[in-house]
Amino acid sequence: MILEGKGLVVKYPGASAPALAGVDLGLGAGELVAVVGPNGGGKSTLLRALLGTVALDAGTALVTGRPVGQVPRAELARIIGAVPQREEPAFALRVEEFAHLGRYAHLGPFAPPTAEDHARVKDALTRADVWGLRTRTIDTLSGGEWQRVRVARALAQAPQALVFDEPTAALDVRHAMELLELTRALVGEGLGALVVTHELNLAARFADRIVLLAAGQVVAAGRPAEVLTDATLRRVFDWPVAVAEWGPGIPQVTPLRPSDR
Amino acid sequence: MKRLLAAGAVTLVVAAIGLSVGAVSLSVPEVLAALADPSAPGALIVRDLRLPRVLLGFLLGGTLAVSGASLQALLRNPLADPYLLGLSGGAGLGAVVAIAAHLPMAWGVPAAAFVGAVGAVGLVYHLGRTSSGRLDPRVLLLAGVVTSGFATAIMSALMVLSDAVELRNAFLWLLGGLGRASWQSLGLFLLWIPIPLVLLFTAARSLDLLALGEETASYLGTEVEQMKRRVIVSTALLTAAAVATAGMIGFVGLVVPHAVRRVMGPLHGRLLPFAFAIGGALLVAADAVARVVVRPIELPVGVVTALVGVPVFAILLRRESR
Repeated sequence: MILEGKGLVVKYPGASAPALAGVDLGLGAGELVAVVGPNGGGKSTLLRALLGTVALDAGTALVTGRPVGQVPRAELARIIGAVPQREEPAFALRVEEFAHLGRYAHLGPFAPPTAEDHARVKDALTRADVWGLRTRTIDTLSGGEWQRVRVARALAQAPQALVFDEPTAALDVRHAMELLELTRALVGEGLGALVVTHELNLAARFADRIVLLAAGQVVAAGRPAEVLTDATLRRVFDWPVAVAEWGPGIPQVTPLRPSDR
Repeated sequence: MKRLLAAGAVTLVVAAIGLSVGAVSLSVPEVLAALADPSAPGALIVRDLRLPRVLLGFLLGGTLAVSGASLQALLRNPLADPYLLGLSGGAGLGAVVAIAAHLPMAWGVPAAAFVGAVGAVGLVYHLGRTSSGRLDPRVLLLAGVVTSGFATAIMSALMVLSDAVELRNAFLWLLGGLGRASWQSLGLFLLWIPIPLVLLFTAARSLDLLALGEETASYLGTEVEQMKRRVIVSTALLTAAAVATAGMIGFVGLVVPHAVRRVMGPLHGRLLPFAFAIGGALLVAADAVARVVVRPIELPVGVVTALVGVPVFAILLRRESR
């Protein structure tokens, strides 16, 4: 297991209910796990708990078998390439400089980037389809370009696993599909990928396993067809849905209007 | 490399000007002669007055610019300057208390200003800690503003209650200047600054990451809390020493990082050394102007840096908003 959460409990100060109330989750090499669920269900908190940026009230988060708090951050950055939901850089770097930030965990405080660092960055920018933007400054990018540049930075980290929080939130159909195709291809090369998303149908198409999180608890987990059933979704999202089968083992979710019932 | 040479050339030219101008004007050959030969005419002025003053000005300007650049990245706020975290109010209050208590201007006032500045930052640091021991930059900013405001209120009350001579002394001291520069003050400053400066220069790559936000910085390999403490403590020690040495010299720490960032880009590995050089050169130049513009009276150098810094800053802002 690259990432493993056991009985994760997180309570934010002042909140009446815990954001995570005992969540188990594992991510191995060569698998894509999607985390879905309603707003406020604990998805982002789960990522932070696994990656050690929020304090645990109970449970353990392990990175390649070690408690995340005992892994130096630079070492963690060489294992996990994470792209959080929001990020507002204070200064307008060029795209290539920005992707090089993903190499910092591989460099000392002063050592200049090596030929390998440059090659990794070029490869990452090319795979995320933003090599052509490398001389642009990041404040001039569209929402979709920005998202892909951040993914490129995570690839430049040369990690064992990728962790994305709503990577397709600002993307149109083509760019959303391309990003997940890229993620799937990387998983095919042996990386693990943990993706938080609201796009149930994309999760159904691309994920090996889906974890459905609501009110800080795992409601269902397993293959897409096991998790995305109309009874479960109706209960968790409190909205009627119809679930059809798009292909073998691939459910397709359509939210219903009152007139459909 | 070209830019490095350009920064070096600017520094040398500014240093030459700084050594030549003043109440007595000397030509560059006269300055060189005085530097080479202690018995040359003007040697006393150049060696004992202007050389320490130019060197101190350079180090002070560089220190303020590097502190400002570091804090702007840490607080992710382009308006941050080295005095932001309560330093200005604390130092001013310390100095005015010392002046009101008739402590010696030579050492009592600087020492009190240093204590005031460090005390104020300590209070801000304490207020900026959340219950879990993390430092919250937004709370730090607010704590800095209110701490400075409170200290300034006490300082103003003391100044109103003091007599005319004290009032003038306090006012001049607060405006800042290099008029008290000596080999002794240069030596003290030089002993003080290397460790915090090295701590900031070696944090350059962490500052690049912190400027993205704490969560991202952490995912890219920064020990965030450790780095925040390092930057705040280092900039506070540097700025407190700068204030104790030459009073409150404004705008160098705010404007220079902006200007250098436009030319060198925002990566701190390049930004910090160039900000040091340009900040140093700017303060030496401003001090030269302060000495000659209304000769024989010396303007406080803080007035000159503000008169130059504000229009430059306004122009930069206009350009950036376009």
